[in-house]
Amino acid sequence: MFRDITLGQYYPADSVLHRMDPRTKLLATLVYIIALFIADNPAAILFVTACLLVIIALSKVPFSFMVRGLRGIVLLIVIAAVFNLFLTPGHVVFHWAFFTITREGIKNALLMTARMILLIIGSSLMTLTTTPNQLTDGLESGLHFMTYIKVPVHEIAMMMSIALRFIPILIDETDKIMKAQMARGASFDTGNIVQRAKSMVPLLVPLFVSAFRRANDLALAMEARCYNGGEGRTKMKPLHYAKRDGMAYLCLAVFFAVVIVLGVRF
Amino acid sequence: MGLRLEHVTYQYSTGTAYEIKALDDVNLEIKDGQFLGIIGHTGSGKSTLVQHLNGLLKATSGTIYFNDENIYADGYDLKGLRTKVGMVFQYPEHQLFETTVFADVCFGPKNQGLPEEEIKKRAEEALEAVGFPKAQYDASPFELSGGQKRRVAIAGVLAMHPQILILDEPTAGLDPAGRNEILDLIKSLHDKKGDTIILVSHSMEDVANYVDRILVMDKGRPRYDGTPREVFRHYKDLEEIGLAAPEVTYVMHDLKKAGFPVDVDCTTVEEAKEEILRVFRAKQAENN
Repeated sequence: MFRDITLGQYYPADSVLHRMDPRTKLLATLVYIIALFIADNPAAILFVTACLLVIIALSKVPFSFMVRGLRGIVLLIVIAAVFNLFLTPGHVVFHWAFFTITREGIKNALLMTARMILLIIGSSLMTLTTTPNQLTDGLESGLHFMTYIKVPVHEIAMMMSIALRFIPILIDETDKIMKAQMARGASFDTGNIVQRAKSMVPLLVPLFVSAFRRANDLALAMEARCYNGGEGRTKMKPLHYAKRDGMAYLCLAVFFAVVIVLGVRF
Repeated sequence: MGLRLEHVTYQYSTGTAYEIKALDDVNLEIKDGQFLGIIGHTGSGKSTLVQHLNGLLKATSGTIYFNDENIYADGYDLKGLRTKVGMVFQYPEHQLFETTVFADVCFGPKNQGLPEEEIKKRAEEALEAVGFPKAQYDASPFELSGGQKRRVAIAGVLAMHPQILILDEPTAGLDPAGRNEILDLIKSLHDKKGDTIILVSHSMEDVANYVDRILVMDKGRPRYDGTPREVFRHYKDLEEIGLAAPEVTYVMHDLKKAGFPVDVDCTTVEEAKEEILRVFRAKQAENN
């Protein structure tokens, strides 16, 4: 029933992007998003698009996977585009009844659509090439400096990876419990809203019980292996910057400079 | 009458790189009153198969008939089917949710829309059938021991009075004593009421002592189908697909190899004992 849902949406492949350090990718994504906001003219957007296409080619992830991320926000993009198209004041090119389209409106709508698509594709590129574990590792060491201002970075990262790890398990569990209750004649999709809410009880109670049971087991297993927090803990796969990360940072700096220049010039 | 499967195929994730055929052209007939054991290695498709029998999973292609009615026909009452083909899942205690044992057992019959009196009567009968002590009817199901929880969960399905009872690995995670208790309970349900029972397991020992027919699943297909005796004759092939015949089969074959004229078709320890004694006595008589 829930088998078709993929979470973390990691796409396994062997590319320079997959091998790259997650810290590099995280920072690059951040810079990329800032760049998108600076780029407010067609030339800059075209440049960003070109760069993104190169990176997509490097990632070896099929293009259809990137587009998949867009499906959820198609409606949002359309609404934003329509509002921009009709509600931007300026040089009128078309007028009928309540509808006024201006030259600025067309430009804004196109830019907005392009930006949103680039934003989604760009950030899903990171999650497609980075496993959830790498991602939390990257966050943990990338944000390590925050421990100096008493932010429990390790604990937060650990909680994040546990939460991510539990999602598929709980989906499986939900599926099983649902089937078990359906075998006892329960139905989850009939009746009015009150009946439906009530019909969730036989699903939610066992699900909570099982989540707590699993959490308890996990805590025991961690303590049995002497886990006591991040202090002095070594990693099985420590993060190392490689030559390609240096190259990536260099490209990133050039990319950002070009976007700023294009953003200011035009 | 009973259940009939025709060319049932079930695929996961159709159309993607991860496409798996969990069931591959399964044809099967289960007659009323049979006690059938389905055995297979993990991932052989045995759990997937039984989830088709009460319509929880819908076959990618093929048809299933219950009492000669196509369960995939438009307007077929699937909810009704699920009360007639009762299913006890693996670790059924994980489905308990009510505040008391009694209320939990009532859940099934309540969903059937029975009158209050009937619900109570059925719940009491079911709990009695699984040998659950009356004094604990009002206990919270979460405070019980593992074996007791499982009894309650099985009672929850029995209370719906299914014509066919499916149990998926009912003994998983129980100690040997609890395992025998549950299996004896299932056997008595079959013997007393003549219910059709389908027992899914990966343990030959469990199944051999109880069922009259074994279906061995391998890679989504039925590999062997017959009485325990017939199936265990293929004990060498069973090993190849990650299963093993009961220990006694090996003992009897070894005895035969060592020159004792025993019948190698024994499937239970009891039978094997009788057979060995018979041969032993014959030998003694000869020597005298």
